[in-house]
Amino acid sequence: MTLKTIFRASLAGSILAFAASGALAQDAVKACLITKTDTNPFFVKMKEGAEAKAAELGVELKSYAGQVDGDNEAQVAAIEACMTDGAKGILITASDTAAIVDSVKAARDQGILVIALDTPLDPIDAADATFATDNFAAGELIGKWAAATMGAEAANAKIALLDLAISQPSVDVLRDQGFLQGFGVDLGDASKWGDETDPRVVGHEVTAGNEEGGLKAMEALLAKDPDINLVYTINEPAAAGAYEALKAVGKEGSTLIVSVDGGCPGVANVKDGIIGATSQQYPLQMASLGIEAIAAYAKDGTKPAPTEGKDFFDTGVTLVTDKPVDGVESVDTAKGTELCWG
Amino acid sequence: MTDNTKPATGFEEGLKGASETVAEFREEKSLVKKIQHWLHQTPSAVPMIVLVISVLVFALLSENFFRATTMSTILQQIAIVGIIGCAQTIVILTAGIDLSVGAIAVFSSVLMGQLTFRFGIPAPLAIVMGLALGTAMGALNGYLISRLKLPPFIVTLGTWQIFLSSNYIFSKNETIRSQDIAEAAPALQFWGNAIQPGGVKVLYAVFLLIVLVAVMAYVLRHTAWGRHVYAVGDDAEAAKLAGVQTNKILLQVYALAGFFCAIAGWVMIGRFGSVSPTASTGVLGNIQSITAVVIGGISLFGGRGSIVGMFFGALIVGVFEMGLRLVGTDPQWTFFLIGVLIIFAVAVDQWIRKVSS
Repeated sequence: MTLKTIFRASLAGSILAFAASGALAQDAVKACLITKTDTNPFFVKMKEGAEAKAAELGVELKSYAGQVDGDNEAQVAAIEACMTDGAKGILITASDTAAIVDSVKAARDQGILVIALDTPLDPIDAADATFATDNFAAGELIGKWAAATMGAEAANAKIALLDLAISQPSVDVLRDQGFLQGFGVDLGDASKWGDETDPRVVGHEVTAGNEEGGLKAMEALLAKDPDINLVYTINEPAAAGAYEALKAVGKEGSTLIVSVDGGCPGVANVKDGIIGATSQQYPLQMASLGIEAIAAYAKDGTKPAPTEGKDFFDTGVTLVTDKPVDGVESVDTAKGTELCWG
Repeated sequence: MTDNTKPATGFEEGLKGASETVAEFREEKSLVKKIQHWLHQTPSAVPMIVLVISVLVFALLSENFFRATTMSTILQQIAIVGIIGCAQTIVILTAGIDLSVGAIAVFSSVLMGQLTFRFGIPAPLAIVMGLALGTAMGALNGYLISRLKLPPFIVTLGTWQIFLSSNYIFSKNETIRSQDIAEAAPALQFWGNAIQPGGVKVLYAVFLLIVLVAVMAYVLRHTAWGRHVYAVGDDAEAAKLAGVQTNKILLQVYALAGFFCAIAGWVMIGRFGSVSPTASTGVLGNIQSITAVVIGGISLFGGRGSIVGMFFGALIVGVFEMGLRLVGTDPQWTFFLIGVLIIFAVAVDQWIRKVSS
C-alpha cells in the first residue's frame, strides 16, 4: 500500500500532464500483462499493481498467464491475442526466456512496446526494456550477510543450494551465483550453477520454488552430508520447506537459511528467526512502472531507458533481517513487512 | 440345429472316435513356464525383485545409501504418493483411471487448513470435514462414471481441473505457515510426528501408509467386496451377470479413492508443515501414482495385480530418486530410468498374461 501511495504521489505530475495534453483520447490505450502463472502470489501482486496503475492512467489492461510455470505455449498464444487486439504495449514475465523471443520479435515488428518484467529475456535486448530486480545483487546481499554472520566459521561452511529448476532459468542462476560470489566461493562459469569446485559446496537440488520441493531437496542434501550449516534457497517457500527438513533432524537452530523474494510470509519467517535474511524485491513497482512506460510510449513514442550502467531498469532490492551485520545495508522486518508483497 | 442334413440318430454319435480321457491340466515342465506361472500367481514379485536389485546397486554405488536414516527418508518421501497410490490402485483394478487424485489431496489439505484458520473451526472437526469433502469429490467422480456412464479418463480429466482450480480460488493462493499451524492447530500436523528407535526417525505417516496397504491388501484379497472389485475390472459384463452390482461397486471405489486422497491431504500437512495450494502433488500426483501402480505390476487393463506391488512400485521410484541424487547424476536420469521401468513393467505384464492363453 505504501508503495502505491509513493507512486501515486511521485507521478501525480506526469498524470496531470497527460490529462492536460488531452492524450486520453476516446480510444483508450490497450496494454497486456502476461505472467508465468496466475497462482503464484508474486504474479498475483504484479497483476494488482498493473491493474491499479492502469485504472489510474486510463489504460485498458488485459491479463494473461500460463497454466503452470514453464508454459511457453500459453504465453505465445497470449502475445498473439494482444497483437490481434491492437495492444500498444506488452508486459511479460517469460516462462521460457529463449523460446519466447520470436513471438516477442513479431509483436515488436508490429510496433508494440514489449517490456520484460522480473525475468530478463535471452538475449536481454530481445525486449524493448527490462524492469527487474538485480537478481545477482539480491543473491550477493544474502551471500555477504551469511559470510559476515558466520565470521571465521565461514571457512568451514557446508553449503546446501536449493535452486529452482533443472533448466536453470536466468533468475535461478543469477540469485545462486550472486549468493556464492557474495559468500566468497569461486563461481567457475558464472552463467550456470553446479560447476563449483569449492569443497564447502555440498550440492545443488531443485525445488520448483515451493515448500514440497524445498523439503525434498533438503532431505536429499542432508542424506549427502548431515553437517550442512548454511542453506541458500531460491525463494522463501523453498526456505520454509527446507526448515521443515532441518527441524526433522533437529538442526533448525544450528543452520543458517538465506533466501530471496521478500513476500509477506517470507518476511514473517525472517521475523520468527526461521530465515536469517532475505533479499526483497518489488513486483508492484515493476508492474506499475511498466504500465507507465506503455502509456508514455502510446503518447509520444518514448521508450524507457535502462538504469545507468546496467542493461535493465533496476527496480531495487533490499536486504531484510533482524540481525544486521557491518558492511551490508539492511532494513529490519518491521520495515520489510511494510514493503512486502503477497 | 434342426437344419442338419444328417440328423443324429443318437445323442453321442458325433463323439465316436473322440478322445475319451477326462479334461486335465498339464503341468509345463520348462523353467520359463514355471517362472511365468509363479509370476502370474504372485503379481508383486517382479517389482519386489527390481526393488531389491536397485537397492543393492545403489548400496554399491554410494556409501551413504544403505543406511537406516536414508531408508527411513525414502519411506517418508513416498508416504504421500503411496497413499494416493492406494486410491489409484483400487480404481485401476476396476479398469478405470483417476486423474484427479492429486488435486483431491491438495484441495482436501487446503480445506482442512482454511476451515481451521479462516473459519475458526476446531482442527479435529476441520479434518473430519476435509475427509468427508474429499470422499464427496471421489463420489462425484464415481457418480459420473457409474450412473452417467461417462469414461473414467474423461470424467477425472475434467474433475482434476475443476478440483485444482477450486483449490486455487478457495485458498486465494494463500499459504498457511508451518509455525502458525504448530501453534494453533497441531492436530493438522499429526502425521508429521515421528518415533525414533535407535536415533532413526520414522514418521507416523510411514506407519499409516504401511497399515493402509496391509488393510487394503486383506480387503482386496479376502473379502467379497474386494473380489467384486477385481471381477468388475476383469470383465464388467460377466461380473454383472454373476450378480455383482457393478455400478454400486464403481461408485464405492471412486468414493473410497477420494477418501484415501483426503487422508493423503492430511498427511501432506504433517509432512510439509505448511498448507500450500501450489504443492506439486496437485499437478503431478496423478502421474506419480499411476507410475507407482504400473511399475508395481498392476495391469492398466484392470482386474490384475496387487496393492503390495504398488507399494513396491512407489518404493522403486523413491529409491531411484534418492539413489541417483546420492550418486550425483543429473536428475533427468531419474525420469529416464523411471520411463524405462514403466515400459518394462507393461512388457512383463503382457508376457505374464500369455500364461492364461
